[in-house]
Formats: sequence, structure tokens, C-alpha cells
Amino acid sequence: METKPRSWADRSLVQLTLVRFREFWREREAIFWVFVFPILLAAGLGIAFRNRPAEVLKIGATQTELASALSKGKSLSVSLLDRAAGEQALRTGRIVLLALPGPSGGVTYRYDDTNPDGRTARLLAEQAIQRAAGVRDRVAESDDLVREPGSRYIDFLLPGLLGMNLMGSGIWGLGFAIVDARRKKLLKRLIASPMSRAEYLLSFLLSRLAMLIVEVAVLVGFGALIFGVPLRGPLWQLALVCLLASLAFSALGLLLASRARTIEAVSGLMNFVMLPMWIFSGVFFSAERFPAKLQPFIQALPLTAAINALRANMLEGAGLFHFAGEMAILTAWIAVCFFTALKLFRWR
Amino acid sequence: MPPSELALSLSVRGLRKAYADVVAVDGIDLEARAGECFGLLGPNGAGKTTTIEICEGLLEPDAGSVELLGLRWETDAAQLRQRLGVQLQETQLSEKLTVEETLRLFRSFYLRGPEVAEVIAMVQLEEKSRARVGQLSGGQRQRLAMACALVGEPDLLFLDEPTTGLDPQARRQLWDLIERFKTAGRTIILTTHYMDEAERLCDRVAIMDHGKIIALGTPRELVAALGADHVVEFAAEGSGVDLGALEGLEGVRKAHAEDGFYSLQVAQLHVAVPALLAELASRGIPLTELRTHSATLEDVFVSLTGRHLRDGD
Repeated sequence: METKPRSWADRSLVQLTLVRFREFWREREAIFWVFVFPILLAAGLGIAFRNRPAEVLKIGATQTELASALSKGKSLSVSLLDRAAGEQALRTGRIVLLALPGPSGGVTYRYDDTNPDGRTARLLAEQAIQRAAGVRDRVAESDDLVREPGSRYIDFLLPGLLGMNLMGSGIWGLGFAIVDARRKKLLKRLIASPMSRAEYLLSFLLSRLAMLIVEVAVLVGFGALIFGVPLRGPLWQLALVCLLASLAFSALGLLLASRARTIEAVSGLMNFVMLPMWIFSGVFFSAERFPAKLQPFIQALPLTAAINALRANMLEGAGLFHFAGEMAILTAWIAVCFFTALKLFRWR
Repeated sequence: MPPSELALSLSVRGLRKAYADVVAVDGIDLEARAGECFGLLGPNGAGKTTTIEICEGLLEPDAGSVELLGLRWETDAAQLRQRLGVQLQETQLSEKLTVEETLRLFRSFYLRGPEVAEVIAMVQLEEKSRARVGQLSGGQRQRLAMACALVGEPDLLFLDEPTTGLDPQARRQLWDLIERFKTAGRTIILTTHYMDEAERLCDRVAIMDHGKIIALGTPRELVAALGADHVVEFAAEGSGVDLGALEGLEGVRKAHAEDGFYSLQVAQLHVAVPALLAELASRGIPLTELRTHSATLEDVFVSLTGRHLRDGD
């Protein structure tokens, strides 16, 4: 019953922030979407688009001489088949090309010219046949292979996924929690107590930032360790980009949640806002593929700014100065969304 | 200021609040003295919740003034928040938190108050202190909501329909809890549409209907004002019953018909019942149902409005 000095754990901001963690941690689905899903996605896409050593193409030949000439070719694996078996193998995709004796001692290649493997096999087969017939290169050629980290698809993809993750957890994390509290009249109950409204909103940002550290570490760590995705820029600048991006998306989430009374209403709003960014902001392919007329709109989106800055830092090793524009865009989103959200916020 | 006014915990003057389509509170005055349990009794839609939420500082009135513990929302909001305990209708506390975590959160908002464990003991949730709110029964949730209201050791406690939707046993448990708080000398403002709740808990009751206060006094005074200690209710076949004739019977003060049921306010049962039976017999009207009970606040409401409390508006 007495007023005694309170431990730090009993301060309202600490308690509010702890509540955020508990609610998040006890929501199994949220953990999956925030931590596990991006890794699965990165792993899946990383494996699908991995740069493989040039593949050996399987082809068939109906004549022993043809088969032996072709088997000297690079990257070709030749089987000797009779015509019927060869056609059957071609139809079912077990071979991509079938070499047959042609008119007047020539060769006929049966293949599907819409299949890139078929076209490649055609070129390789031709080269092998010509060489077997004694044709020599008139110009000396040699290969210099480029397979360094930083230019592969996974390198391009990972900063995109990181940006998408920051957007999702910022917008969903704040939006659902706030609207749910409003729907349950919990917000109203809280403001009937002496709770500081600023601390309530601050607790969302604090928990967001703490979770951000884990999220970024998990995804970037996974990319770096498993796929060797480069981290060329200074790490503190990468952290700064993530912080700014997360704040921008949190402010946007707060704005979207500032008035909605039902989960359905806020879900609709969030999808409406996030969908264009999933499409245009260059998560999976470069945003520059869209028409020039759309570019001013696309470049102003917070996710585009975040991903461009992340790629500049991680892949190009560019300093802050090089993506100052992106940082300014993110800062503007923070200021505008936060200010508007506070103006509109419905506590009841 | 005269000494009697110093002891007021709540003073409401000329309160008005209109929504787009309805006047919810239509110019009411209320006073609650320190240490009393004051009840707002009325059907759903009478304006009880709007009134109490204006008092709690959650709604702005269109007109009128509210003074709590000698303080006003316009100037002393922060101080008031510390000294009020509030339990709202239909708040759902976070289901993923435990009882203890919920109370620790609410306790952290207040400068003074009992330890969390004490409050848990007060509402008898010791065994559930580590259970998630989602696993509690309706009565346990309501006691937790009460605990959240008590955690700041309030001087003035607002309870909005604290037992609505609870089973009889859970209601009695909650009533015991409210009575204990009352014994500790705190002021309680309570809304309810259960007349038995108001009779049991409230020192004084204001009966509200359509945004107005239609009666004010102790439950005993209000019932006594009926001038009848008993109520006789009956149903009879046919339509030959004459209300005028019933009111002329010996010992009957007032007669009233609703949905084929007749009710008589009666001073002396042993005189009125034989007179009623004789009257019906003389008209050849067969009685299908007859019952009597001591007059309650419900009968006061019926007498004032011609409707039952539970009929809504």
C-alpha cells in the first residue's frame, strides 16, 4: 500500500514493451512469418536460381559414326538409339536433340527450337560434327568465367527480401496489434487508466526495434553464411538503413491503423498499400524494368528506397552519401506518416 | 463551501450528450457522497453508460459539468486518472497475457497502490495468477477486470454493468467483492439493469430512462414511495378484466396491464387477494395464473414507465 521506489522492471514503458514481446512471442504464426518464412523463401529461391556449372546436355544419335563424332564434343552426352527409341526419348525430354543421317552424307538435327537447351545442343553438336570433319577455328578463343559473389541472383534477391520483411513486420506488427486492441475496447480501457499515450505508442517502436535486430541478423546472417552474399558496405550504415526503413514502415502501419475499428478494414488497407510495393519496388527483379513514366512514383515508394539503399550498401559497398536520396525519402515517410497518424488516431 | 458539499465524491450538473440520431443523456444532475455506493439503474439504452463514461473522462459532454473528488477533467485530468478505478463494459483484456502480467502492466501506470499479489488475493484469483486470460471463465475475467480497476487503490470506483452475462454464483462472488471494497470506505458508482443488484449493493439509486433521471433515493425509499409493499400478478382468460374496477378494490393502489399479464400494487395482501378473487369470480373470468411478491425496484420502474427493466427501450 505504500509508495516505494520502483525497480526498472515496474516502469510503465518497460511493462508496455514487455507486453508487446509476450504477445508477439505467444503468437506462433507471427514468429513463422517474421523469422522463418523469409529464410525459407531465400533458401528456396537461392537453390532454384543458383548458378550451376554448365550442364551436360543429353542427346541421341541413330548411327555409330555420328555418335562417336558427337561424343567428342564438349558438354554433350550421347547415346546410340534406333530411330523409334530416339524419337520417343526426344518427345519425353530424356534427350534434347536427336542426330540423324541426312541426305547426301549430311546430318539432320531434330530438336525443339523453343527450348534453350535444344538450341544449345544444336550449336554444340554442330561444332563437334564440324571438328570431327576436320574444320578448325579461324580465330583463337578462350574462356574467362565470372562466378563471383555479388552478381548472382541470390545476391540481388536477399536485400529485396530484407526490405520486404522490414515492411511486413512493421506494417503488420503495428497495424494488427493496434486495431485488435481498439476492437476489444482495450485501448479505451488503457486510456481510462493513467497510462501515458506516448509511452504506449513508443512501446510499439521499441519492441519493433528490438525485433528488428533479430530479424536482420537472422536473414543477413543466413545469406552471408549459406550463400556467401556479400556485405561490402559498413555494417553500421546497413544498420542505419534498416532502422530508418523499419521506422518508416512502422509509422505507415500506425497511420493505417489509426482509425480502423475492425481487422478486416485494416487488412484491406494494408494490402492496398503493400501490394503496389511488392510489385513495383524491385524485390524479385529490378524496379527499372517498369516504364519510365512510372519511375517517379516507384522511386518515391518507401520499399523502393529501402531496397535500393540496402543493395547499394551490401552489393556495391557504396557509402551513405551515395544513397542519401533514399534516406531522405524514408525520413520523409517517417515524418509524414507519424504526424498524420497522431492527428487521426482514434483511442476509443 | 458548506461541509456537506465537501464530502461529495461526484457532482454532475445539467449533463447533456446527444449522438447523431438520439439524445443519450438529457440534462441530468447527480451527486454521490464519499463512501457511498451509488447506482444508476435503468434498461439498456437509458443513457447509463454514456453518463458514466462522461464521468470517467472518456466522453465529452455537450453541456453540463462534472466534478469528481473536487477535481475537474478540464484542469486535473492526470491527477484524476491516478485516483479513479474504472471497469468498462465489454473490455477484452489481452488473452495471451497471464493474470499476473496483466495486473503488473496496470499496476505500472499508478504511482501508489497495493502489490500485484495482494490485488490477486483480493479478487481470489491466486490459483489462476499464472493462467492466460484466454483460459479464464466469464466470472474470473470479470474479477480480473475488477482487479485492474482496484490496482491503483482508487478513491472512486466506476463499475459499468459489472455482472452482466455472469451466472448466479459468479454474480454473488462479485457482489461480495464490491461489498468488501465498500466496507473499506471507498465511493462506488455502479450501473446495472438488475434491480436485485442495485437493491443489494447500492446505498442510493437513480433510476434512468430515455436519458433522464426519473427517480432518486435509497432503494427502500423508492419502494416505499410506491405505497405498496406487495405486488400481485395474475393472468386470466378472456378480455373482461376492467383495470378501473381492479383499482377500486380494497387494498389495491394501482393496477397495470402488460402482455396479457395484470399486476396490482397492494398494501395488504390478505385483504387484496380475496377481493381480487371475488371480483373475477363475479364476472365469471377464470384465473390461469396468480403470484405475489414483495415490491422491488423493478416494480418502481414498472410503475414509473409502464415497462419492465429488461425489455430494453
